[in-house]
Amino acid sequence: MELDKKNNGVSASTTTTQPLWLLAEITYQCPLQCAFCYNPTDFDKHTQNELDTDSWIRVLRQARDLGAAQLGISGGEPLLRKDIEEIVTEASSLGYYSNLITSGAGMNEKRIDALKDGGLDHIQLSMHDITEEINNFITNTKTFKLKQKVAAMIKDRGYPMVLNVVMHRYNIDHIQEILEMAEGLGADYIELANTQYYGWSLVNRDQLMPKKEQVENALKVTNKFRERVGNKMKIFFVVPDYFDDRPKKCMNGWGEVFMIVTANGDVLPCHSARVIPNLEFPNVNDSPLKGAWYDSPAFNKFRGDDWMQEPCRSCSEKENDLGGCRCQALLLTGNAEGADPVCSKSPDRHIIDQAIKDSQNPGVEAKPIMFRTNENSKKIEKGDEKERLEKFHATP
Amino acid sequence: MAIETKDIYKIAAHHRFQWEKAQDCYVILFPEGMVKLNGSAGEVLNLVDGESTVESITETLSKKFTDAPNIAKDIEGMIELALDKAWIEKVN
Repeated sequence: MELDKKNNGVSASTTTTQPLWLLAEITYQCPLQCAFCYNPTDFDKHTQNELDTDSWIRVLRQARDLGAAQLGISGGEPLLRKDIEEIVTEASSLGYYSNLITSGAGMNEKRIDALKDGGLDHIQLSMHDITEEINNFITNTKTFKLKQKVAAMIKDRGYPMVLNVVMHRYNIDHIQEILEMAEGLGADYIELANTQYYGWSLVNRDQLMPKKEQVENALKVTNKFRERVGNKMKIFFVVPDYFDDRPKKCMNGWGEVFMIVTANGDVLPCHSARVIPNLEFPNVNDSPLKGAWYDSPAFNKFRGDDWMQEPCRSCSEKENDLGGCRCQALLLTGNAEGADPVCSKSPDRHIIDQAIKDSQNPGVEAKPIMFRTNENSKKIEKGDEKERLEKFHATP
Repeated sequence: MAIETKDIYKIAAHHRFQWEKAQDCYVILFPEGMVKLNGSAGEVLNLVDGESTVESITETLSKKFTDAPNIAKDIEGMIELALDKAWIEKVN
């Protein structure tokens, strides 16, 4: 009966395969250049063929008919598009519970009012640190004051405010102060999202990954804070899976609950699914969402557990995590059908153990952070950064 | 908190209660979450409107479900759960 926050907001009790959650990655353009961005490293090639307003409205209608009720409007920075107000208004009239996921860049008094009038339900704002220095460093932009201003605007208009803070080596020791800041700003929810290593964060893993003790301390501080504030501010601490010995049930199962439509119209079961080779994802320009969700080979590829190899296939715990994350398995081991290497039963667990060992001595890494820029995206696409990527990615 | 028959509740701020055709059930939507309600929970919350007392909700549902002997207790339990989950708020 109940769907709760435990697994990305949705419990395992869903027996149907209707999409409940639509994430619209409406543009890959972003003025920020965050070193941990989960967008694909080759995002630049998807910036020229964005869906137009009419296509998005068609997508919203089709997904609603299939059962989607939660809508996340994300990016890149969605506010770079001028039609967000129009899209939100349509979403509201269709009965979505809509969420704008923003860095704050592009928000102003006029737009926040128009979004409210259009029926936007809540806003999720990314924050980075209590210090201007770290905020500006990790985003490679001067955006600290802007975020404080936008937070005040969100509260002033009576939106529920969700703050999302991606945690990494540079801010994890400030967790107490970050929580105090969130409380001071009147946040209703705060997500402390420990970096998961895909896209840009995998490229920058050496620079971002905290030590195990830092993560353990952060969890302790968070639990203590949570006891004090109770229901006033809900705190979600997303545990980084590298430090666990069982993988996460990624996206609550491939093609079970989440449907993502990207800026160029690709329909994906998770943000980074396009890293998996030899899978052709449907595109809304070619096929309606219903066919994409139910019938496309890509959405059926990892549904259920028929696809599993050993040690997952005969594992007594396979229902708990469905073998973990397919993208992580591919990126780190080269085999998308194998066990997520986070699992201690995986023959590839040593890859994770090595990363943890490396994180104890970050000084050995001499390479500078590669920020999420169009220029760097082009470089990676061209193969210029092969040496750097080989350290983290399995080579087929 | 004990539930009194004169209590009035409403759906909590930042939450939305609605019928979902595709799921064939009532749901509660809120930031980052969605709860699918079973039949009886949905019937109760559908009457939690910021005006009806627990007593009148019980009366309405007793007429609708005449073969449910412990309906008052079930309704109280459902309201208690919803309050505990912060899906509803007390008005009076």
